[in-house]
Amino acid sequence: MSVNRKPIATGSDWNFSVLERFDEELARLADEYRLDTYPNQIEVITTEQMMDAYASVGMPVGYHHWSFGKQFLSVEQAYKRGQMGLAYELVINSNPCIAYLMEENTLMMQVLVIAHACYGHNSFFKGNYLFRTWTDAESIVDYLVFARKYIAQCEERHGVHAVEQLLDACHALQNYGVDRYKRPSPISAEEEAKRQDEREAYLQTQVNMLWRTIPEPPAGVAPLPGSLHSDDDPLGLHTGGRYPSEPQENLLYFIEKNAPLLAPWQREIVRIVRKLAQYFYPQRQTQVMNEGWACFWHYTLMNRLYDEGKVDEGLMLEFLQSHAAVINQPGFDSPYYSGLNPYALGFAIFMDIKRICDAPTAEDREWFPDIAGSPWRETLEFAMRNFKDESFIQQFLSPKVIRDLKLFLIVDDDQVEMLEVAAIHDDRGYKRIREALSSQYALSVREPNIQVVEAAIRGDRSLTLHHIQDSRRPLGRSVYPVIRHLQQLWGFPVHLVSMEDGKVTRRYHWPVEEESKGAG
Amino acid sequence: MTYFIDRRPNAKHKSAVNRQRFLERYRKHIKRSVEEAVNRRSITDMERGEKISIPTKDISEPVFQHGPGGARNIVAPGNKEFLEGDKIRRPSGQGGGGGAEEGGASNQGEGNDEFAFTLSREEFLEFVFDGLELPHLQRKPLKSLEEIKMVRAGLARDGVPSRISITRSMREAYARRIAMRAPIKRALKEAQEALAAEERKDPVLRNPARVVELKAEIERLEKRIDAIPFIDTYDLRYHQLAAQPQPSSQAVMFCVMDVSGSMTQNHKDIAKRFFLLLYLFLEKHYEKVELVFVRHHTAAREVNEEEFFYSRETGGTIVSSALNLVNKIIEKRYPAGQWNLYVAQASDGDNWDDDSNICRDLLVKQLMPQLQYYAYVEITPHDHQSLWHEYEAVAAQFPERFAMRQIVDAGDIYPVFRELFKRRMSQER
Repeated sequence: MSVNRKPIATGSDWNFSVLERFDEELARLADEYRLDTYPNQIEVITTEQMMDAYASVGMPVGYHHWSFGKQFLSVEQAYKRGQMGLAYELVINSNPCIAYLMEENTLMMQVLVIAHACYGHNSFFKGNYLFRTWTDAESIVDYLVFARKYIAQCEERHGVHAVEQLLDACHALQNYGVDRYKRPSPISAEEEAKRQDEREAYLQTQVNMLWRTIPEPPAGVAPLPGSLHSDDDPLGLHTGGRYPSEPQENLLYFIEKNAPLLAPWQREIVRIVRKLAQYFYPQRQTQVMNEGWACFWHYTLMNRLYDEGKVDEGLMLEFLQSHAAVINQPGFDSPYYSGLNPYALGFAIFMDIKRICDAPTAEDREWFPDIAGSPWRETLEFAMRNFKDESFIQQFLSPKVIRDLKLFLIVDDDQVEMLEVAAIHDDRGYKRIREALSSQYALSVREPNIQVVEAAIRGDRSLTLHHIQDSRRPLGRSVYPVIRHLQQLWGFPVHLVSMEDGKVTRRYHWPVEEESKGAG
Repeated sequence: MTYFIDRRPNAKHKSAVNRQRFLERYRKHIKRSVEEAVNRRSITDMERGEKISIPTKDISEPVFQHGPGGARNIVAPGNKEFLEGDKIRRPSGQGGGGGAEEGGASNQGEGNDEFAFTLSREEFLEFVFDGLELPHLQRKPLKSLEEIKMVRAGLARDGVPSRISITRSMREAYARRIAMRAPIKRALKEAQEALAAEERKDPVLRNPARVVELKAEIERLEKRIDAIPFIDTYDLRYHQLAAQPQPSSQAVMFCVMDVSGSMTQNHKDIAKRFFLLLYLFLEKHYEKVELVFVRHHTAAREVNEEEFFYSRETGGTIVSSALNLVNKIIEKRYPAGQWNLYVAQASDGDNWDDDSNICRDLLVKQLMPQLQYYAYVEITPHDHQSLWHEYEAVAAQFPERFAMRQIVDAGDIYPVFRELFKRRMSQER
């Protein structure tokens, strides 16, 4: 079979007009596949700018903090000594979707990256339910600008050191800055700035309400005129009884609203860190899917370009080589092994879904009766839109993928001397492996489950948290520095209690001197 | 819809502030590493940066994490020979058999015990010489105002193309265009109105000659408007620079080194390293400081930098020869009224027996009254000899301006150097 090959460009050099023509072709193909994307903003940057982008976790504008400097130094060190290559691309969930391309990339790499980031990741950002719920692509850049300005102002007014300490404390808790069950309101810089003064004053009155010493009216008595109605008091702060009435998993939100001693600007900074943590929340939960989806599309689109004769054999070979490197999964006993490669796993699953749709086997019909033989494009879209890693694996990890990757399950129990292989890639093992792998990606398993259970508003103002322990897995040693940060924010003693099956297994306190008293 | 943007020309060093914040925060750690490095590396090697390591635990950003222990499930790829129910010995060392890596949290740098990064040469020297200065530097009367700084001094109508002010030039051009067009435009408008009026007239009453005339007039005016240049040499404005004399503190450092036979190779090496440090320090922080190199055994000679550090010649020791030479050079070239005078001397303390008294007299009577500061380092692991004791007498008389320290081995060089040139006026942070 011979295709009339008219490559848009050959060789490894690129220029902007060539990239534009490739982008037009990719856009046409993406359109054919009905990929729904934000407009693309492709920025070509240098190596050093890429290291900058790394350091600021890919954010185009960030506030200043030493930890980003540390990140930059470590990236720079690793890169200069050849220990790591830089990513060829970085993409930001914003509208327009910003993608960074490194100037050093070859022509093939630029085309690959445009397909991967600007059509793969981009459509994922726009389609996946977690991103739709948790992030607002329209306003993120504005919000970052606002955050940077606000924090710079605070540094001017209150000193770099004070702000730095506060940010340290907030960063320690930023993984606990998300309400999982409530859709957040969209954030926009303009509005933020406008509302912020208002909020400062309002928040302070709220906190004052909470901490005032006048006794609360007994329950059942009509609220005093001018006091808060239920909308202003969603947590039931002022109705007596234990506070908070329900355990709170969003530690930063709780601090922002309730910490007695924080100044208004400090509350605003807590809020900024919380909002940004929330923005990254979906990314932490969709790594496998996101990368898998992007790999699937760069693979599909590049092959289409080749089939249509838009690229030559040389470019295609170069592409296949780097694609193979990206989705390579070394075995557990390989010196290159560093956990499961999300690109490999995600790509394998998406490719397999397509296979199940196009050419189902008897096994597929048994395991996936609802998707076997269905139109693949719709099924893939459904899978992309409605899942996160945890549920995606639970739903779509097929026996074939388990066999291909030769996945096996090990149980590591510190009370048993040996590790046990609990399941391998055979009929009896598929389900167990799928379950275990799915929970391996569940945030609730990856991170300790910690919640605020009580703030002693009428006592010594101490804060009590519960760590709901699972399978006897204790907290790591970092727990003390973290509760020290928490104590700084709260301003009064902090107690953290590890519980398993309703029994207390360990107590942590800050300040530490209370330990002897508390442990008894 | 896609936009391509070339960001490469944008500002580099976006992370510079964050980098500085990091260095500032771990100042103590970095300083310790730098001190070790200065002592370790050969001093000719000061020109490059330095790899710094900080214990990871000191710079970690803690978050709640699972610790080791308990029971957990790990899914791993690449099973070759295991069957369900197999028992495997727990791999020693690295935590729970790869389980620790699963979280995706193990970034580069973390997990290792040391966080390593590289300071640039500039940053390295910044740390090496942090908090040091030439003591008692004074503003002496300025005779020769040679130091001149170019400062911006407004705009001028002529200058070199590289200093053209585009904004101002365009503003001038804009104003000129408005000014030059206005009368023509007015005339044009009148002509157009007249033509319109003419054309509105009944064809019978119309004056064809007038119409032609007006049309020609309009054409002429339009051409004139077009002919107004967008920019004219007349519009150009240039940034002007003016020379401004800078008050400067002239200073000279005399480096006096003993190269006599009693100085072993090791001693000489230490002395050289001391002076190299001094040299780097002055070069970095005091651009205008002059350096005079004096070597002596029984006789003293002023030499150039190259010879000072590298030449080999030896003999007996007469320290006063060097002090005499310094005194002569001061009289001849660096009158004390105009110059800040500094002397740094390195010796093993060995001297011709009668000479040490002479040195003291020379110092007390002639040199010290003129000098800002005199730093003496004695490189010896042994007991002090007469020179040290005589110098002690000098130090007693000029406690502020005369400092002496002993160096036993290479490890002392940097600490002694820091002590001698510590910033005095302000409190150390």
